[in-house]
Amino acid sequence: MALYEAVFIARQDISAAQAEALGEKYQGIIAENGGKVTKTEYWGLKNLAYRIKKNRKGHYTLLNLDAPATAIREMERNLRIDEDVLRYLTVRVEELEEGPSAMLRSREERGRGGRFGDRGRDRDRDRDGGPRGRRDWGPREGAPREREAEPVATGADE
Amino acid sequence: MSAAPARRPFFRRQKSCPFSGPGAPKIDYKDVKLLQRFTSERGKIVPSRITAVSAKKQRELARAIKRARNLALLPFLVK
Repeated sequence: MALYEAVFIARQDISAAQAEALGEKYQGIIAENGGKVTKTEYWGLKNLAYRIKKNRKGHYTLLNLDAPATAIREMERNLRIDEDVLRYLTVRVEELEEGPSAMLRSREERGRGGRFGDRGRDRDRDRDGGPRGRRDWGPREGAPREREAEPVATGADE
Repeated sequence: MSAAPARRPFFRRQKSCPFSGPGAPKIDYKDVKLLQRFTSERGKIVPSRITAVSAKKQRELARAIKRARNLALLPFLVK
């Protein structure tokens, strides 16, 4: 059997409990078709980067699967039918990740060092970045460490 | 060219790929924080000539960013 990672986004209007139940439903479908679910992660109600079917938020669920292709097909068929599911992604992986995924790890970090740490600041800056045309990728040159120097650089340019 | 002495007026020090070598982060479409460092303020993927990501890793990175966009973890564009 092959290894897969499946993520799906559920509508914002359902409760967390319902979203978890939805996850269990798909675990059931995999089990019925002879697959195994090695890990389930519920990431919670997260903000979407853009609107999907008028939703601004969505419940994210990750499933790590060890299942035959037929089980995946059946699961995807059901995901397509389900009105509560906004979107899904299934990718085949070489090995399944043990322990919490990057998503949950970053959440822990944020919990420790203030809720709106790095990420919040980043978002705001993006928004008032405005039309900067070809300067688009300028400030991030040299990637993360130079972040402190950024405002100076942009100021000089304008 | 690559072994040029540091005296040249437009000498640029050799950059190395952030995803190669020991201790390098794994490219993962779920790791939004990591992927965000390689997108511009507008949400575009930053070219590898600026970020010094190797060609192979850049392809992997682009794939991860596109997956993350599809899951609304990253924006397609920021207005």
